[in-house]
Amino acid sequence: MAKVLVVTSGKGGVGKTTSTAALGAALAQMGKNVVVVDFDVGLRNLDLVMGAERRVVYDLINVVQGDAKLNQALIRDKRVETLHLLPASQTRDKDALTEAGVERVMGELRERFDWVICDSPAGIERGATLAMRHADVAVVVTNPEVSSVRDSDRIIGLLDSKTLRAEKGEKMDKHLLLTRYDPARAERGEMLKTEDVLEILSIPLLGIIPESQEVLRASNVGSPITIANPLSAAARAYADAARRLTGETVDLTIPTDRRSLFGKLFTRRAA
Amino acid sequence: MNFLFNLFRKEPSAPVARDRLQILLSHERTIAGGSDLVALLREEILAVIKKHVQVDSNKVQVKMERGESVSMLEVDIEIPTPTVKKKAASKPKVAATAATAAS
Repeated sequence: MAKVLVVTSGKGGVGKTTSTAALGAALAQMGKNVVVVDFDVGLRNLDLVMGAERRVVYDLINVVQGDAKLNQALIRDKRVETLHLLPASQTRDKDALTEAGVERVMGELRERFDWVICDSPAGIERGATLAMRHADVAVVVTNPEVSSVRDSDRIIGLLDSKTLRAEKGEKMDKHLLLTRYDPARAERGEMLKTEDVLEILSIPLLGIIPESQEVLRASNVGSPITIANPLSAAARAYADAARRLTGETVDLTIPTDRRSLFGKLFTRRAA
Repeated sequence: MNFLFNLFRKEPSAPVARDRLQILLSHERTIAGGSDLVALLREEILAVIKKHVQVDSNKVQVKMERGESVSMLEVDIEIPTPTVKKKAASKPKVAATAATAAS
């Protein structure tokens, strides 16, 4: 049975696209057939983070409007062959996404893939509600910071009211993905702790992604972090989160980037 | 003195963030549920007063303070006196203050 997952947050810049790419790649690396779908019409970036920006010919709107077949628009990843991308349109506006058209495309994707991962745009408007509309599972990406937590609370409310599952009275599976977490700062009382965020939002925790320089490096080179540097702390945290998504029980630890004394000395001198 | 003291001892700010969020979200969730009592009172109190007196909306001040267990609604309305024969007509102020226990 295919699962449709929406990666959402309300607030922008918290790591939706990074997390979509990383979770999608991690699931594909586990052998699952995965497609990541960019719903951010007009401001597409998933193609760039996936390193496929020069291979985009057709996009989601072309498929929704019937100008292109799904097969023509899907871009297969060059590194992991079970990973695919359906890019958003950069030039059209979001009104071109019709509800019926999106429903048809999501139906087709469900038939072809094990996981359909929808990268939601920021905000709570049409693009965001369309991205979550058909989801079975939601990953709410949150930074340990007040405005992000507030917006996540708002998004959780929408997931419980605006999705097809909610309208049918079915359970909407929601998970918290805490990103850019700094355990040392949280311990010193400078940053909201995991328990604080969990208590406030009261949805189960999917994973904690530690703040890591490797995340920026991965997006610089156009590769999901689980492919670019699978041993980095953030990649291991994403891989664990992906395994939890498939139902595996994985102990929750916050991985750290181990740097040798030599490495530390070197970066200090360079900086 | 206090300033100097604070320089050396920085209070952890995360508990403040947590408390602020908890108060804010408990209110925002009731608003989403369509039962924002304080806002409802504000609208209805204003409607009742407007029914009886011509009120200049610039002369109405509404203050709200949402707290954890108690919220304050303060409605301050300037009502012009109908007798304007005296040169310096005094303008009595009517202040309605309502305190509601937050749901």
